[in-house]
Amino acid sequence: MSTIAAGVATTGHEKHVSDYIGAKVGMWLFLFTELLLFGGLFLVYSVYRAMYHTDFHTAAKELNVTLGAVNTIILLTSSLTMACSISATQRGNRKLSILLLVMTALFGIAFLVNKYFEWGAKFQHGIYPGSDQLGMRENGEILFYGLYYMMTGLHGLHVIVGVLLFSVVLLFLVKKKIHQENFVLIENSGLYWHLVDIIWIFLFPLFYLIT
Amino acid sequence: MKEYEGKANGGSTGFQPVKNEYHVIPYRTYAMVWIGLAVLTGVTIWVAGIPLGRFNVLAALLIATAKAGLVLFFFMHLLYETTLFRLLLPVALITLASIIGLTFFDFSFR
Repeated sequence: MSTIAAGVATTGHEKHVSDYIGAKVGMWLFLFTELLLFGGLFLVYSVYRAMYHTDFHTAAKELNVTLGAVNTIILLTSSLTMACSISATQRGNRKLSILLLVMTALFGIAFLVNKYFEWGAKFQHGIYPGSDQLGMRENGEILFYGLYYMMTGLHGLHVIVGVLLFSVVLLFLVKKKIHQENFVLIENSGLYWHLVDIIWIFLFPLFYLIT
Repeated sequence: MKEYEGKANGGSTGFQPVKNEYHVIPYRTYAMVWIGLAVLTGVTIWVAGIPLGRFNVLAALLIATAKAGLVLFFFMHLLYETTLFRLLLPVALITLASIIGLTFFDFSFR
């Protein structure tokens, strides 16, 4: 047993290759569970939207399209810096990779700050789950805001997790544990971040752009 | 060695050790994709302002799907991955589509 282990260790390159593909398949499988998690919420959204079409329309008018659009651009740009950060690691350009990763994390934080102000404004107007003011509205509007807080909240939680993940990846990059020959951690973090971006790509038109 | 690489690109790597191959995508490609995504964001806001009735939802979903495709194929490297990765995604999407489809099949005829 030990000889086999030693054999693997000496031909570390081959071991790395098989790990590399396995790690990525694992990440994709995890992303599919995320897809189904949000997919379920999108399903609830679409059924209630079909049932309360006009209420959804009325409620959605109150959302700030500009803030939503700005957040869309912020997330799209963060995906760009993330993808470039991985490319930089693959090229062996560690400093650039670190810079781009920090930028990605900052974009993530900027997204959350915007979200804070957006939710804050809604709270000030008395629109939050369980509030008296929201309770007096039509059923469909209550459902719209329930789904809005649930879905953007769960998405926001994913952004927070992403930023925390980036700080770990950053540490690995600084300590040179992620480098040109071993970059699956940063690549998988990127895959996660891009999925979070894709979910927002669907959330934005479905909540902010109902005419 | 050449043969190996050909096999690796074809996706049938088997159990043989394969050279650690990956495509480094140029920054320029990513920048182009980003421009495409930003333009599509503008288009989806613009289309939402035009009253098209039920086609507004359809347009929004089509544009969002196009944007998701750009992210998947370029940012998430799906275009450059082996067959395994490209086969996995449809499995997940068909599962999700079945769940949504069957629910609406029930909901629409109540």
